[in-house]
Amino acid sequence: MAAKIAYADVEIGAELPACTFPVDRERLVRYAGASGDFNPIHWNERFAKEVGLPDVIAHGMFTMAEAIRVVTDWTGDPAAVVEYGVRFTRPVVVPDDDKGAAIEVTGKVAAKLDDEARTVRVDLTVMSAGQKVLGMSRAVVKLA
Amino acid sequence: MALDQSFVGRSYPPTTPYEVGREKIREFAEAIGDANPAYTDREAAEALGHPDVIAPPTFVFAITFRAARQVTEDPELGLDYSRVVHGDQKFAYTRPVRAGDRLTVSSTIESVRSMAGNDILDVRGEVHDESGEHVVTAHTKLVARGPEAEEAGA
Repeated sequence: MAAKIAYADVEIGAELPACTFPVDRERLVRYAGASGDFNPIHWNERFAKEVGLPDVIAHGMFTMAEAIRVVTDWTGDPAAVVEYGVRFTRPVVVPDDDKGAAIEVTGKVAAKLDDEARTVRVDLTVMSAGQKVLGMSRAVVKLA
Repeated sequence: MALDQSFVGRSYPPTTPYEVGREKIREFAEAIGDANPAYTDREAAEALGHPDVIAPPTFVFAITFRAARQVTEDPELGLDYSRVVHGDQKFAYTRPVRAGDRLTVSSTIESVRSMAGNDILDVRGEVHDESGEHVVTAHTKLVARGPEAEEAGA
């Protein structure tokens, strides 16, 4: 592990640099191919509406993948993430227009867990269109 | 429609090995728009102490989710997969997944519950490399919505 942030330098409540991640239909199709999840609710508007969704929605795992980037960008080494969990609370609706949707992620150090292991808990807030889309979004991170 | 409680604790045999390719990791990193060089540049990964490029933290889900089909498609369990949405997901890593890994997944049903007309299934997937070392544990909560509980999910 080679995190560039030192445990000793981090205080509870410290905020990580926030990030906004765009998501449009093309990105969802790419993610479907890369992840192997071809559920049509993520690319077929007709199908999504037939099953009662407002429109095509992003893969929950796509949103989860974007959210942790706030942590991996902060630490430098993605391997600093030793635990990561989320609850999928609301779908990210992705309209078929020039803009698509945006996933807004903020994170802060919620606890210093273990002085010896140099682990902290980072709590993430993940929003889209003004609503929280992931709940209980937390990572345990090993710092330098 | 409640699922049979006797399935709690049931384990499924390890999957055949999935070989993690550098280009597959690159494809995944590009799909999520993440330019971290640890995912695509071997030297950059080595500078961080890794023997080869590593995969983004959620990459392994593609492997564990495929393995979880052993559970969701178990005819004895009788889950109606057309009603299933992803509820929670958690990973606990011993080390990152990296290019060249040959990974197997052993799935176990952790719990089976019925709540508000929904069936809730917790599946644990233990991921090991070819030498038998633990890489990551994936905890996946699947919710099979009852006909009365229409709720959009992931």
